[in-house]
Formats: sequence, C-alpha cells, structure tokens
Amino acid sequence: MAKAAETPPDTLLDKDTALRLFRMMALIRRFEERTEEQYTRARIGGYCHLAIGEEASTVGAIDALEPGDCLYASYRDHGTALAVGSEPVAVMAELFGKETGVAHGRGGSMHLMDVQRRFFGGWGIVGAHLPIATGTALALSYRDLPNAVLCQFGDGAVETGSFHEALNLAGVWDLPIVFQIINNQYGMGTSVEQSSAEPDLWRRAAAYRMHGERIDGNDVLAVREATARLMGIARRERRPALLETITYRFRGHSVADAGKVYRSAEEIESWRKRDPITRFGLHCSERGLLEQDEIDQVWSDVAAEVKSAIDEALGAAFPDPDTLYEHVYGDSAWREQFSRMRAGAPFGERGEERTWQT
Amino acid sequence: MAIKTYLQAISDGLREEMRRDQRVFLIGEDIGVYGGAFKVTQGFQQEFGEDRVIDSPLSETAITGACTGAALMGMRPVCEMQFSDFVSCAFDQLVTVAAKQHYRVGTPVPIVVRLPSGGGFSGGPFHSQNPEGFFAHCPGLKIACPATPADAKGLILSAIRDPNPVLYFEHKHLYRRIKGEVPDGDTAVEFGKARVHQEGSDLSIITYGAMVYTAEEAAKAAAEQDGTSVEIIDLRTITPWDREAVLASVAKTSKVIVLHEDTHTSGFGAEIAATIAEEAFETLDAPVMRITAPDTPVPFSPPLEKAYLPQPGDVLAGIERLAAY
Repeated sequence: MAKAAETPPDTLLDKDTALRLFRMMALIRRFEERTEEQYTRARIGGYCHLAIGEEASTVGAIDALEPGDCLYASYRDHGTALAVGSEPVAVMAELFGKETGVAHGRGGSMHLMDVQRRFFGGWGIVGAHLPIATGTALALSYRDLPNAVLCQFGDGAVETGSFHEALNLAGVWDLPIVFQIINNQYGMGTSVEQSSAEPDLWRRAAAYRMHGERIDGNDVLAVREATARLMGIARRERRPALLETITYRFRGHSVADAGKVYRSAEEIESWRKRDPITRFGLHCSERGLLEQDEIDQVWSDVAAEVKSAIDEALGAAFPDPDTLYEHVYGDSAWREQFSRMRAGAPFGERGEERTWQT
Repeated sequence: MAIKTYLQAISDGLREEMRRDQRVFLIGEDIGVYGGAFKVTQGFQQEFGEDRVIDSPLSETAITGACTGAALMGMRPVCEMQFSDFVSCAFDQLVTVAAKQHYRVGTPVPIVVRLPSGGGFSGGPFHSQNPEGFFAHCPGLKIACPATPADAKGLILSAIRDPNPVLYFEHKHLYRRIKGEVPDGDTAVEFGKARVHQEGSDLSIITYGAMVYTAEEAAKAAAEQDGTSVEIIDLRTITPWDREAVLASVAKTSKVIVLHEDTHTSGFGAEIAATIAEEAFETLDAPVMRITAPDTPVPFSPPLEKAYLPQPGDVLAGIERLAAY
C-alpha cells in the first residue's frame, strides 16, 4: 500500500526514452564484454580500455545532446561512439584494424571518431583534447551557432596542465562548453585522493568562476538531467560549466590490468551493487515503464546485434599496405616523396638525362 | 653474469643505483602501487618507500620540471614518461629549461627521463613513436637507445650518474623479447662508445635500439644466401654518437646502410649519412642508403604497421642492392 508512495510514476520519463536509454546502455555493456573476449583471442591489437560500469555517465550525457552539438571524449571511448550512433560493426571493425572501421584502421580503440555525427574523437593522450574542445566551442561562438560542446574526460585528465588552460580560456572567453569529468576514481591505478590535492574535482570550477557540480554518475537520469540543463545554459547564455559524474569501472585500467592491486575486492563488489544498468532497469520496472520481458528482449537483441557486428567486422578487409602513405597530408602532393622512402626506391641511379650543376 | 630480459636489466640498474645512492629517486605515473605500465618498477615502492618511488598525477610538464628543480638541489631524479609519446607534453621543460640550464648559469641538471618507445604491437599513432630525433637536434641533452640487456643496465647507470639531462629510450618491443647476459655489479657503459654487434667485411649497417635485431636477421639471411658479410654497428647512444666507430667501419667495408625505426625526414640517420658524406666520401664505393620508417604516423592496423616498420626483408633487399652496386 505504501509502495505507490515509494515509487511514484516518473513524470520526466516516457516509455520510449526509457527504452532508448536502457537499450543503449545494454548495447554498450554487451559490446564491451564481447570486445574483452575478442582482445583475449588476439583479434584486437594494442591497448584496450573498457568502460564497463560507466555506461550511465556516457549515455545519460550524450542523450542530452541536441543536433549540432559537438562531442569530445577520452580514450575510453567504445561506448561513446556507440552512444552517438556509430554503427557497432564500424566500431568493432576499427578495433580489429579493418579498412571499414570508423577511422579506417588507422586509429584503433583509443581514437574512434565519427565527425558526421559530430563526435570529434576519442583521444589517446590524457587531457590533450580539452583545449581542442575549447577551440570547437570558440568556433561555435565565433560563428554564432546555437550549439554547445560536451567534452568528456576522466579524473586523471584533471591533473594535466591542459585542464587548467582549457577551463580558464572557456571561462574568460565565455564559451559554450560543458566539461564532464567521468570520475571513475582511478587514473590507471592511482586514486583521485592520491593524485589530486582537491579530490572534490568539481570544486576546481570555482577557480574559473565557473559553475561546478557533482552528481551520481551511475544514475542515467540524473546525468541526463544535469547535462541537458548545463548544455542549455551553455547554448543560450554562453556560459561554460564543469560537471563531475561519479562512477566506477568494474574492469581494470586496460584489459591487461586485472584491476586488483590498487583496490579491494570489497570495494569493487560494493560498486557492482550500484550497477547503473541493473539500477535503471529496476527503476523502469518499478514504475511500470518497462516489463521484465521487454528488458529480456533488449538483452537478447543487443547480444544478437553485437554478434553480427563481430561476424561482419571479422570478414572485413584489412587496409591495403599500399595505402600506408595516404591521408598524411590533406593533399596528394607528398605522395611521390613518400614513394622515395620505401625499400626499393631509387638509389644511386644516375639517369642519362641527369646533369650536375657546376 | 646472469641471463636477464631487457626489462629486468633496466629494473636491476635502477634498483642498484637507488641502493647505492640516496639522491636517486623516481617520479612517474603509476610507477608505485601499480608497478609501472610495463612493470619496470614492480616492487620498488615496497623496497624504497613512497618517498623514493613517487606516484605522480598525469602531469608530464610538472614531473619533468620537478625533476629539474630537485636536480638543481643536488638530487638525481629519474622520471618515467609512461610512453615516450607523452614526452611532447614536457617538451618545453626539456628543450628550453633542462637542456639550457648548464649553459645559462653553470648548474648541472642530472636528470634521467625514461621513455618506453617504439612500435610493433598495434599501439597506434599515439603510443608507438620513436621521438629521439626531436631531441637529438637540441644541444644540452644526451640520448641513450640501448639494444641489449647489458647495455640497458650499463646505460641506465651511466645516465643516472651523468651531470646532464639524459633521455633514455627503452624500446617496448625489446622488454620481454630480448634476453642476454648481463654482467654482475657496477657495469656502467660509457656514452658515445658504439658496439660492434657483429663483424663483417662487405657492408656496414649503422643502427641502434630495436633495429639492431632487424639488421641481425637480415644479415643472417644475406650470409646464408650468398655469403655477404655484414657488419652491424650498434650506436648505443646517439647524443653523443661514436663517429670514429662509424667512420672506421665505413672505411673497412666501403658501403653503408643507416637504419632506424624513427621516421625518415630529419631522422637521426640523416645526420649519420651527412657525416659519412663529409668525412668518408673517399672511402665509399656506393651512396649511403637510409632505411627508416616512412614519414607517416604509426598506423594502428596490423598490416599497415608491418608495412610501416622496417622489416628484415626490407633490410635484406637493401643489402642486396648495395652489395650489387
């Protein structure tokens, strides 16, 4: 009888939105679990960083974007690409290094990008993209466009010099940008407390007379609400903001890291109980927005979608080594120079026509 | 004498020097509790404590600047860039500050910057570079690029004891792949003294770092193929570099390949080739050949990365052409 009072209908959430948010988080979760498996089967080279557990911080924020808004992300970016609508097969193909990948196999896991969807990249150098995102906001402002930039990064990036310089510029130039710290509490294996003299990262905003805010990053609705509100202010009033979403990565820093040296099993377990997807599923079912069979259907749909993405990406072609020299510059004038560097390039031959100036 | 991996040899050198000299301490991202991204400093924090194995925030500029400041006070800090690619964040601190400090006021800056470098396992364009060429252009810095476990240890010892800022490039692809004998005890290797990796008489390959093994594989194939005898000179350090050893080898063989994994234009090989042209022109029987990575970023995709990195087959093709010239 008191149940109705404890779980009031969510007037902010309609069924379509609930399904969309849940589906995307489930897709990302399944995609990343299968990615881990592909990596351990040596189908993915290099480095591979999963964001399992952080889905709400990614999906809630990106769902609040409007057409024309621009997005930047860190290297932990598989979910980011999926959330902006990049095809799972193109993302998986990139992880496999295939020509059909979102970056044609040139970038890999950390450098996903989908400019048509205004996703200006995952970035492999921590903190490096903050000034770039700030420049994109400058361009929006300069061109008097009604949009804003959402710039996501981890807690580690807050300690880079770029963070200070970018936030100061955004503040002093009144740029339409929201800086979102996806605080998963560890920069690799070093905790925020160990690396930050002010572990309340959102408080840094005060140094730039900027609005700062910390929210529960495992609550997809809270993330969506805060991002929508702050992006709205950025779009309308040209005021930047710093949003800290507190979350947790269940896996290690990368697939090569078990993630257990620098944190306790109890700590990991306590966060698993706050799994953002389970939690949102419960929220929706308690409010009658999603039935259990619909939730089950989503999981089975995304599993099939990811499976077909893997199958198709596995069958795709690798880039042709002859294309190695392409794309380095925006024009083709350099191609001939590159051809001279290859093994088998002209070497010491003196053609008849060659004359020496004296 | 014991067989060690390249990685163990670096680790041993650091550990022994820290035991010997209290002024030596380490700063880096995740070098303590985590043990370093590649585990070079695993167990160091337990042995030396948090005061000497300092986990830093992600702040390459501040890490490098702090090392310089501590060095000015007589310390001998060793910092780690988690990947050599990240050193570009600290470029100003190295090139403008550390490199010029002694020239400016005569105060030595005995810092070591450890730089895990190189490609070979799809690290992609931001985690596979060989940026030694940028720094070789800057007077005031020293640069080591060890190829063998013995040199990995010997050169880290010398680097720490050197009164100048030293960039110590440790090739990631050698870490666990390369094993070799490492002499026990204090076995510092002098900077600027090249090593003859193998003797030969028909042509010389001048190289350093991981490419020593690429050269070795190609030379072996050439010898088996038609008995071509290749001499391989491992520079060990590129600032300073051993001109005499290079010129002596060129005088002996009259034909030379300069090989490195860094990109082509303005790579350190250009300096070597120019020096040979200036000082050994008369002894040459063929133009100097450069084999390098091309002027592109390091691609992620495995077949592209393979095409990018100089392969033993590329070097063998170079040997054949040069031998036939």
